[in-house]
Amino acid sequence: MNDGVQSARWVTRLSLFLLLAPAVLWLSALILIPHLDLAVLSLRERIGPRQYSVSVAQYKTFFAEPLYWHIFVRTAIMSIVATGLTLLLAFPVAWIIAKVLSGRASSLLFVICLIPFWISETVRTLGWMILLRESGVLPHVLVLLGLTQQPIEMLYHDATILVGLVYTSLLFMVVPLVGSFESLDNSLIEAASDLGASSRAILTKIIIPHAAPGMTAGCIVVFMLTLGNYLTPTLLGGKNSQWFTEQIYTQFITRFNWEQGAALGFLLLALSTLLVWAGLKLSGQRFSDVMRRA
Amino acid sequence: MIPSLPNTWWSGALTRVYLLCFLTFLFLPLLTVALFAFNDAPYPAPPWHGFTLDWFFGSADHRRTGLFSDSELLGSLGTSVVVALWVTSLSVLIGLCNAFLMERFEFRAKGLLAVLMLVPLVIPGVILGISILAFASRLAEFFNDYMGIEFEFLRPGLPLVVLGQFSYIAAIATLTISARLRRFDRTLEEAALNLGASRLATLQTIILPYLKPALVGSAAVSFLMSFENFNTTLMLVGANSPLTIMMYGRMREGATPVLNAVSLFLMLASAVLALTLMRKGDRRNESN
Repeated sequence: MNDGVQSARWVTRLSLFLLLAPAVLWLSALILIPHLDLAVLSLRERIGPRQYSVSVAQYKTFFAEPLYWHIFVRTAIMSIVATGLTLLLAFPVAWIIAKVLSGRASSLLFVICLIPFWISETVRTLGWMILLRESGVLPHVLVLLGLTQQPIEMLYHDATILVGLVYTSLLFMVVPLVGSFESLDNSLIEAASDLGASSRAILTKIIIPHAAPGMTAGCIVVFMLTLGNYLTPTLLGGKNSQWFTEQIYTQFITRFNWEQGAALGFLLLALSTLLVWAGLKLSGQRFSDVMRRA
Repeated sequence: MIPSLPNTWWSGALTRVYLLCFLTFLFLPLLTVALFAFNDAPYPAPPWHGFTLDWFFGSADHRRTGLFSDSELLGSLGTSVVVALWVTSLSVLIGLCNAFLMERFEFRAKGLLAVLMLVPLVIPGVILGISILAFASRLAEFFNDYMGIEFEFLRPGLPLVVLGQFSYIAAIATLTISARLRRFDRTLEEAALNLGASRLATLQTIILPYLKPALVGSAAVSFLMSFENFNTTLMLVGANSPLTIMMYGRMREGATPVLNAVSLFLMLASAVLALTLMRKGDRRNESN
């Protein structure tokens, strides 16, 4: 009997170990150690051929070089604006899906909203380029309508980058919003309305507080994706995009200055973590709940 | 606001106008891409020059290289499929292991591990890419300098692309499969064990069939995310480019409508995949 208990315990131990091994291998070899290595890389300076010393020179360069932090701040602000616009655009659609429509119509609209995101970002960006460039569809249509004399260049503006970013992020906002609207009991709204609340009061006192977790989840995911995006800003913004990921790419791949690139990478990671943390604090949410919701 | 409340006449109209604008915004780029795959002109731009299938079937000696004779583009499509298959199998396998680990076992530092498993999802893809690139290259240097061995797979190339994509797609597979396993009714398993089924038989006949929707779902999502991945891949890619990287390169140079043709092909493939999955989901809901 005792032997049986002991061997059963051994089996449990062994299976725990066998299941733990791949998880630990995955997280340490591909996430933890490479990032620690990147940290070490960012904290050194080349002082001679194959000779390095510990220093914060890479971070100093970032703060001393206005170009870097200008692009850094710009990327952060553009990402925040894009997140806000995505929320504004996704809010009504999610509401219509969750509350106005019902049954088949509602699920159909939901599926229709998801379709574009089954298709690669590259394809979607190609679409915007064909639509917006000087020889593209919209400038052509504007000339045909007599609104402009010459075809105008609609690519390479900040607004274009924002359009592309919002377009790419919509899904990640619509899905959590629909989820949190669906869990809102209609009778709360009916009661408020019967008691004479205005639409605005219902929105700010009932709907938004109830949907806050979903809104936070959506905003956090959209913000992270936007900040780390590379494809959309570089293609729609061209030389004017000035996106921070582009700087990291340049340092790493084009200039082969890995120390500087690693430092810039860490600054981006810090910015992303900081703003996600601030978002969680402001809305009083927990990280794991938000990730599960998203 | 909601149908059960008295609505003003304009709120319905406003909803319609809004939806129309929204759907236009959503589908205009995709329709444009599809349409210009058939334009009889060397660039995907207006005006319309007439209908042609050259961008699919044209061959080099016919002055236009169509999709099916563009070996570079077809090659990168193949590369993407191979990479995605690797990433999918690895991710679903480790997702399944992690689901059992997190739902069935208690151990020290479990909470820490649970948080660590979410971390890959919050790291920007570019940074995942550079950290793996730097680490692998430094390892390769190390082996080369001190042992005189050259590990080719540690240099930028497809093995690193697979690892880079896997590093965060595994987290998504883990979340999906764990969520399903959590809802599993343990009494079913206990009944099987009481009735004399072995652990392996219980796993094969009861637990895995129950998990199948999550396994299929996470496989589809993993495949798609790998196929579409750009940020991480860009940093780790070597000589063989997957499709997204190849398309990006050509888009910067101003490409011919052959890119529209391959895009249309991707749209159709995605639509078929999405419809198959939804059909399956529907049938399951009806049978329950």
